[in-house]
This record gives sequence, C-alpha cells and structure tokens, in this order.
Amino acid sequence: MPYTEATLQLLSTDGTLLESDRTAEYRALVDGLDDDTLRSFYREMVTTRRLDIEAGNLQRQGQLALWVPSLGQEAAQVGSAFGTRAHDTIFPSYREHSIARIRGVDFLSIIALLRGVTNGGWDPRESKFRLYTLVLATQTLHAAGYAMGIGLDGKVGTGNVDADEACVVYFGDGASSEGDANEALVFAQSYQAPIVFFLQNNQYAISVPVVRQSRSPLYLRGEGFGIESYQIDGNDVLISYAVTRKATDAARSGQGPRFIEAQTYRLGAHTTSDDPSKYRVAEEEELWKERDPISRFEKFLRSRGEADAFFDQIRTEGDDLASDLRTRTLAMTPPPVDAMFDHIYTDEHPLMTAQKKWLAEYEASFGGES
Amino acid sequence: MTENLSLAKAINLGLQKAMRDDPRVILMGEDIGTLGGVFRVTEGLKNEFGENRVLDTPLAESGIVGSAIGLAMRGYRPVCEIQFDGFVYPAFDQIVSQLAKQTTRHQGTQAFPVVIRIPYGGHIGAIEHHQESPEAYFVHTSGLRVVSPATPSDGFHMIQQAISSNDPVVFFEPKARYWPKSDVDTGATPGPMHQSRVVRTGSDVTVVGHGAMVAMLLDAAEVAAGEGISLEVIDLRSLSPIDYDPILASVQKTGRLVVAQEAPGQASVGSEVAATVAERAFYSLEAPVIRVSAFDVPFPPANLEGYYLPSVDRILDAVDRSRGF
Ligand SMILES: Cc1ncc(C[n+]2csc(CCOP(=O)(O)OP(=O)(O)O)c2C)c(N)n1
Repeated sequence: MPYTEATLQLLSTDGTLLESDRTAEYRALVDGLDDDTLRSFYREMVTTRRLDIEAGNLQRQGQLALWVPSLGQEAAQVGSAFGTRAHDTIFPSYREHSIARIRGVDFLSIIALLRGVTNGGWDPRESKFRLYTLVLATQTLHAAGYAMGIGLDGKVGTGNVDADEACVVYFGDGASSEGDANEALVFAQSYQAPIVFFLQNNQYAISVPVVRQSRSPLYLRGEGFGIESYQIDGNDVLISYAVTRKATDAARSGQGPRFIEAQTYRLGAHTTSDDPSKYRVAEEEELWKERDPISRFEKFLRSRGEADAFFDQIRTEGDDLASDLRTRTLAMTPPPVDAMFDHIYTDEHPLMTAQKKWLAEYEASFGGES
Repeated sequence: MTENLSLAKAINLGLQKAMRDDPRVILMGEDIGTLGGVFRVTEGLKNEFGENRVLDTPLAESGIVGSAIGLAMRGYRPVCEIQFDGFVYPAFDQIVSQLAKQTTRHQGTQAFPVVIRIPYGGHIGAIEHHQESPEAYFVHTSGLRVVSPATPSDGFHMIQQAISSNDPVVFFEPKARYWPKSDVDTGATPGPMHQSRVVRTGSDVTVVGHGAMVAMLLDAAEVAAGEGISLEVIDLRSLSPIDYDPILASVQKTGRLVVAQEAPGQASVGSEVAATVAERAFYSLEAPVIRVSAFDVPFPPANLEGYYLPSVDRILDAVDRSRGF
C-alpha cells in the first residue's frame, strides 16, 4: 500500500478539504491562495493531459520516435511547480511536461526532443527549467552542485525570499537506487545546499515495482541522510503545492536540503514502447483511476462554486492547443545536416571544422549544394 | 621571471594564478584542502582562498564531477582533482555522458568550463589502481579536450590555459614527473595549449610521446646519439585534439615514426597517431609506424612494472626495427 501513516494529504479522493493538526500549516498556505491560482492549477493539469494525449497520438501516427506520458502525475508536478518561486531553478527528469509549460517552455520543444530534431530543446536560462536528462539520476548531482553555487553566491539565508534561491530536482522511484541520487543527497546535506529532492514515486520503474528499489518507504531515504523528509499524496495538487512551498522556503532560508516523496501513479505506459499489461493488474489501475488527480480537484472546485462554463472553457482551450501542437509538429523540419558539428565545443575545434567541411564537400559532390 | 620548479609546484602556482585572476575558479576534490592533495598540488591554496574556493568534497567521484557540472551551470569554473588515475571510473558517466555532452545539448547557450585533473601513469611502484593511463577513454569522447603536460613549464602554463578554456578539459598529470625540477618562465606568454612540439631535433627517426614518455624519449635520443642515430623527439602535449602538423613535417623529413606510450596499445592514442600518419603521410614513410606501448594486460603488480611499461631499451629496439626496413 503506497500511502502510509506518514502520508500528508489535504484533498480527499472525493474532493473534500481535510482538517488535521498535522496538516494545519499546509492548510493555511492553501487557504491563502486566490481563486485564479486555484483555477491555474486546474488549467495546467488539464491542458498538459490533453497535450500529452495528443503527443501519444502523434507518436502512434509515426510523427515521434517515442512519447513519455505523464498521465496521472499532474498533481505532483503542477502543485510542486507552483510551490517554487519564479527565481528558483528546476532540474527535471524527462516526464515533467506540465512543469515545463508552467515555466514557459513551449510544449513543441519537448516534441522536438522526442521527434529527433534536437538533443536539448530550450534555453534553460530563460525558464530556469533545466534540460531533460535521460541518464537516470545524473541530474540530481547537477542540481546539488547548482544549489552549492547558490550558497557560494550568498543567495541563501539572507531573509529575502525574493532574492534567496532554491532549486528542485525531480527523479523517480527507479532512479532513487542509482548511485548518483545517493551521492547527491550526501553532497546536498554536507554543504547544506538549498535544494529540494522531489521524488515522484509512480510505483514502477519500467516494469519493476518500487518494492525492488526499497523495502521501506522512500521518504525514509532522505531521513537516512539526515534530511528533513515528507511523504505526500502526490495526486493531491494542494498538498504538493504546500509542502513544496514550505520545503523550498526552508531551503532558501539556509536550513539545508529537503526531501519529498510524492505517492502517485502513471496511469499510462512508461513510454509508448511499453506494455504495462505485462506487469500490472487491472484492479490496481482501477484503484488509481479513482484517485485521479484531476477529477478530484474538479470536484473540489465545483464544491467551491466553479460552474460548467469554466470547465468547458478549459476543455476548449486544451483542444485548441492540441490542434495547434499537431499543426506545428507536422510543420517541423529536420535540422540542417551540418548542425551536428555545431556547439560540440564552445571554442574553436579543428576536428569539428575539418569534418564539417568534409561532409559538406562530400554531399556537394552528388550535385547538391555545398 | 624564471623559477626552478617541480611539475607539482608549477601546477600549484598555475592554479594559484588562475584563482587570483578569476574569482569563479574553484577547486574540488578529495583531501585537496587542508592536506593540499595527496601529491600536494593544491598545497596552501585553501589557506589563501578559503574553504569556499577550495572544497574538500565528500568521497564520491561521480558526485565531484556531477556537482561541478551544476556549479558550471551556475557560472563557476570548477577544477576537480581525481585522486588517482584508477579512481576516475566512478565519475566516468558524469564525464562522458554529461560533461562532454552538455555544450551540444545546450546548443551553445551555455559553456561548461570544467577541468578534471588526473595524476596518471606508472614508474612509482604503487599498488593496483594507482599507476594507470586511461587517457584513451577520454580522447575517444567528443566534447572533451584532453591534454598532458610533460614539463614544469607546461604544467604552469597549460593548467591556466585549461582553466580559461570554455570547454571541459581532462588534464592528465604524469605523476612520475611530479618531482624533477626545471626552469619555468612564469612571465612568458605560452603558445597554444593544443600544439604538439618538437623538443629535440633529429633526422633519422621521429619518436612521439606524451606525459612521462617524453623524458624517456629524450633519454633514448641521447643514447641513440651516442650510436650515431639521430632521433627527432615530439611531445604531443595535447591528446585531443592532436596537432599533427609538426608530426607530419617531421615524418616527411625522417620517413620513420615510432610512437611510445604507457597505456596498452589497443585503441590507444598511439594507434590514433599511427593511423593518421599512415593516412596523411603514406608516401613519406620508409617503414611502418611502430608503437611502443604497455602490454594489453591490466597493470601488473608493481614488481613487474619495468617489464610492462615501455623502456629506453624497448624504444631503441623499435627505432632499430624501423631503421631495418
Ligand atoms: C542509467 C540509466 N539506466 C537505465 C535507463 C533506462 N530507463 C529509462 S526510464 C527507466 C525507469 C525509470 O524509472 P523511475 O526512475 O521510477 O522513473 P519513471 O520513468 O517511472 O518516471 C529506465 C530503466 C536510463 N534511462 N538510465
């Protein structure tokens, strides 16, 4: 059972707001949110799911080499993204599509990555949303180093939340077993770096269930390194927001790293190359559908008086964005051939220059343009 | 100003100068702070620059390089010390799949000026994992630059050039050469880092090597001269990219090439030099290019290192074979 006594939750599966002493401080943070912000939570979750489905369709139609769906994990992602402050830096894994969008990254850039047009996709300096990283857990160390740099820059613990920075790194239950994830916890704690480790426990690596990675709840990993850690209901966007806000503010104020384990579930396949029916049972999938992050939050908004018009509008917006995404995907062109030699190095490099020239001349020898 | 320095001290002074010149330069590694590193290359630097610029890191090589990448993203220019050649492998993924590929992944929007210093090579009688020459792994990886100074003068200048490079540089320090002293002109303007250099002119056979091999090639040239054979000795200095012009010019003159290295010969730097010279100077060659390498076995127990590593005799044997064609 993924939820434990430690699991923090604000929103029950039927959309009612829960009261408890243990969650009172988080409840206070959520009570401070205005209606527009709550609507944004919903908009981002629904829109990303819509685009995610569109991308899956594009893959099946041969337009993408692969798609990595985030279906089911929207609350963990959207809540935590809103929990950060705009000047915080986010180190994603490869499934954090809603966070990319919230940070202003065009969804098409993610498509470009999975269509084989680029190995990067966006300029992380603008969005403070770093590039996707495909070698599991390597980004946890980049984030730890970046957070050490925040400390060296003196951008931590000054008491000014608008100047002090934190960073958040996303990784999965599978990645938690990698050496790098553990080394990152060591470095972060050793240097008291302003970083929040956000582990989305979606219960499976590809086919391997989380019990193979750990016999005890994963948030205890953080505790084992001496890092204050939380386990949350990752399908509850409100608790994800509130705990991330608290954790990032603690980190930026100089209290050292924090660790959040979000209990969630990927409703879809690991990627479009995967077949979950080989390793998951239907009962389990049904159970998690009942815990769906979006329907739960919709019930909550309706209970606060949000009317059909709003939900219809979000749906229409999503459809429009999806159709726009499709059009722009189909219009995408491959990069120029010689782009493969560009930016391998920052400074001039004789081998790149020579091989770029050679390929151009070779291609031109067939009568094309050099 | 000219000073008589060991390679270890010369690199130490080069690091100090780079750190004085640029506050974003920071050092990271195991035991490099208070102790000054197991080879004392960073001695005194923590005293001068403090623990925020000379970081005694946790004992985790992937962690050192991975966090250095994050620090570079933040605008720092980290210089990482790997304690010994044989301990770079835990960091291999962060170097090869992360550091080397960040620049292209970022499409030029960000540079990754990280230096990885690795004391390497044999001749010191040490236990397993402390005498290896793993440079070929990194030379094979696009996105990295790889250099190796053979002299105190190059140590002083090249470490500064590596730090000011906007690309990742793997900096191999031949530990057999850490202690012999020679003159370093600390005020000189050095030539480019990626340049191979003729260090002794000759006319019969060209011999090429890097790191600790250079001194051995010079010894061999001295012995050969006594026998009336004139060797032209070239110090590669840069292993990636390799500067072929001086090598090709020399081979055009001598018609013969011997490449010496401490690493095993399979898919090695010496193989690369041999293949390229065969491609580009075929008609100048009077004899096949001959490699003098370590054997293709793991570094043996130190008692046997004299048989495993190239020696002056084996280099001269290769010279004789080359001249026999
Ligand atoms: C170092 C490494 N090993 C293996 C893989 C192949 N792989 C990609 S995703 C994945 C499962 C990852 O599971 P988890 O960390 O739980 O993240 P999730 O995909 O569930 O979000 C595997 C094995 C990889 N990308 N990197």
